[in-house]
Amino acid sequence: MSAAIDLASWALLAGGGLCCLTGAVGMLRMPDFYTRLHAASLSDTPGAGLILAGLLLQAGWSLVAVKLAAIGLLLFLTSPAATHAIAKAALRRGLKPLLAGGEATSKH
Amino acid sequence: MFAAATVALLATLGLLLVRAVLGPTVFDRLLAANTTGTMAMLLLATMGFLAGRPEFLDLAIVYGLLNIVGTIAVLKFFSAGDLGDPGDEAAR
Repeated sequence: MSAAIDLASWALLAGGGLCCLTGAVGMLRMPDFYTRLHAASLSDTPGAGLILAGLLLQAGWSLVAVKLAAIGLLLFLTSPAATHAIAKAALRRGLKPLLAGGEATSKH
Repeated sequence: MFAAATVALLATLGLLLVRAVLGPTVFDRLLAANTTGTMAMLLLATMGFLAGRPEFLDLAIVYGLLNIVGTIAVLKFFSAGDLGDPGDEAAR
């Protein structure tokens, strides 16, 4: 039983690390601010969630698990809010999205 | 297994740092800074387990709370030009 939990925890941690790395590579290689925002959400949501779930399996039923759940709840609430605020601020400052033709033609 | 996750998070932080230095606009840098904060929370949690000291989770919680406040404050500064409206205060 303990080996099964260890295995599941290892898989969750590896998947979370992979998601974080993928998001960071996307943030480096995407051509435009708004697409980079999209890539960043990958490392924020599944990356953080999977790593926290992997740690939660290791923690068992204890205060540590409660703290991990609190971190997860905090990320769940603040990370979309921060992403939304960044996108809104960029739009308000007139940063144009890059469209398919290669030119920025937003009418904002 | 914690070591693997720690290494992945450190590599992520390195890539984010490159984006923060390169970022053509201030919003790219802010996005990188915000994600760096999230990754630092995860790194603190993972390193706590790696060192066998899960008390590091308290530091991660504090870091996350400071991160959201800092991001919103800097965003407000860059989108509105200041952190508040002095005209409103004078009228009140």
